[in-house]
Amino acid sequence: MSADRPEARDPLAAPAALSAPVTLPEALAGAEPVESVCTPIRMAYTYTPGRALSRYLRAMADKRILGERCGATGQVFVPPRGVSPLAGAATSEVVELADTGYVESFNITRVPIERRPDLKPPYCSAWIVLDGASVGFLGLVINLAPEEVRIGMRVRAVWKPDEELETSAANILGWEPTGEPDEVITDYERIGRIEASDP
Amino acid sequence: MGAERTAVIGVGQTKYAAARRDVSIAGLLREAAYRALEMAERTWSDVDAVIIGKAPDFFEGVMMPEVYLAEALGAVGKPIMRVHTAGSVGGSTACVAASMVQSRVHRCVLTIGWEKQSESNAMWALSLPQPFATSVNAGAGGYFSPIIRRYMMMTGAPELIGCMVAHKDRRQALLNPYAHLHQHDLTFEQVVDSPMLWDPIRYSETCPSSDGACAMVLVDEASGDAHDGPVAWVHGTAMRSESNNYGGRNMVSPAASEQCADDVFAQAGIVDRRAEIDAVEMYVPFSWYEPMWLESLGFASVGEGWRMVESGATALDGGDLPVNCSGGVLSSNPIGASGMIRFAEAALQVMGAAGDRQVDGARRAMGHAYGGGAQYFAMWIVGSGKP
Repeated sequence: MSADRPEARDPLAAPAALSAPVTLPEALAGAEPVESVCTPIRMAYTYTPGRALSRYLRAMADKRILGERCGATGQVFVPPRGVSPLAGAATSEVVELADTGYVESFNITRVPIERRPDLKPPYCSAWIVLDGASVGFLGLVINLAPEEVRIGMRVRAVWKPDEELETSAANILGWEPTGEPDEVITDYERIGRIEASDP
Repeated sequence: MGAERTAVIGVGQTKYAAARRDVSIAGLLREAAYRALEMAERTWSDVDAVIIGKAPDFFEGVMMPEVYLAEALGAVGKPIMRVHTAGSVGGSTACVAASMVQSRVHRCVLTIGWEKQSESNAMWALSLPQPFATSVNAGAGGYFSPIIRRYMMMTGAPELIGCMVAHKDRRQALLNPYAHLHQHDLTFEQVVDSPMLWDPIRYSETCPSSDGACAMVLVDEASGDAHDGPVAWVHGTAMRSESNNYGGRNMVSPAASEQCADDVFAQAGIVDRRAEIDAVEMYVPFSWYEPMWLESLGFASVGEGWRMVESGATALDGGDLPVNCSGGVLSSNPIGASGMIRFAEAALQVMGAAGDRQVDGARRAMGHAYGGGAQYFAMWIVGSGKP
């Protein structure tokens, strides 16, 4: 290979064509170059939840958790988004779920996060499978040291005091252990391929 | 009439770094694009179209950056197309670029992926509150930690497998002049002792935040034949996606990942994946994803991926299936470029142009990328010979 092949050159050297010298006018001689400027932007959204999430958020104000069932697959989604991803169809039945379930898996965050200065690390966030639901529901595991949390642990919702309830998922402060025996997790083996559904 | 055979004849990368304050976003991209053209022995005027990819605009706060970047990429008056599939975007962008040549729409395509994380706050952008769910997740680490925990429980893998991956990738990064992290004295014990961020993910098992861009030049068969520099031939490309929220989803090895792998290996005519692939550039932003993807991609059977790591099979030094000889995402993570770097490094391997990180005699290599909640996948297989 000839010596002027690109791989024979210093791979990090700035390409000559991109580093041509720039002549500054005298008025700018010695001026400190500006490398970056900070320009904060802010966006406020008006959120339209749609029918399924509106029902879900209204029920939250009454300390009830609503999911929705897919008529084709039987799967129950919570929070309900009104659609069943595998069937590609609208969910067809509103289902009231218990505020109990088990820990599918969890994370222990040991660094602070900007958006929740109220959360003091270490804290445990977990996917909770509510009794009767087909998918996990994200929440905090509380009233227990994070190191004590287990996959399969049975938990129940801890709600805000009645006078503070809103139409918000934040009404659930977290999930605490029920003390029941752990859920037996049987799907360690691969669940099996889910074939694409017919459109 | 089959698809046009497609060749990679140029790869260009910037040095990856925490902050490239010496260049603007446009200057960063131009550097990578220029180097790719230089290797390809092409000029801006030879390029028929530009295919560009990056992660969410929200990161840098520049909306539709491809429009403003057209001038810097010599694309004025030419077709330019933006691809976006979250973290997998660099891979998807390369797949789309290849399809432009395979379909004979264009004969010479410049493709590029980039991110300038020093001008953004990805963790903030990835933790936006949703009114219907509790805001408790801390960026990508908080999302992937429970999935990794699930893998550990399912397979009974020893606790320090992730540290072995991280130490290997950071050592291999020392062979790659473009890698962001060059931790010359990093010991395995230091990886193990690094702080837990998103338990079970340690600081040293996590990718850095990087600035950088990676570009490739893809051409048709006649141009590939006529090129007197190194060439990598595209043997297969595949993309898949799925919802990250359906009942029975295998979050450790998503169906879309397995189906994408089946497709790309079938296109390349590969039966024994571990024996027939010489190098893999795999998207591993958190160390445990190496054993997880080894299984999902069919290089190891279920529950055995961690044994491959433990045995040293995935190390450049002595392994039969070297993974991330470049140092991988664990050593450089300009998000929108990270997938394309995997694809480009796979191409460099089969070109024999990977420098000190070269796998001797590599004939077929895989580039892999994933994104979102492990729900978007892009893969390609490239070879030193024609498909």
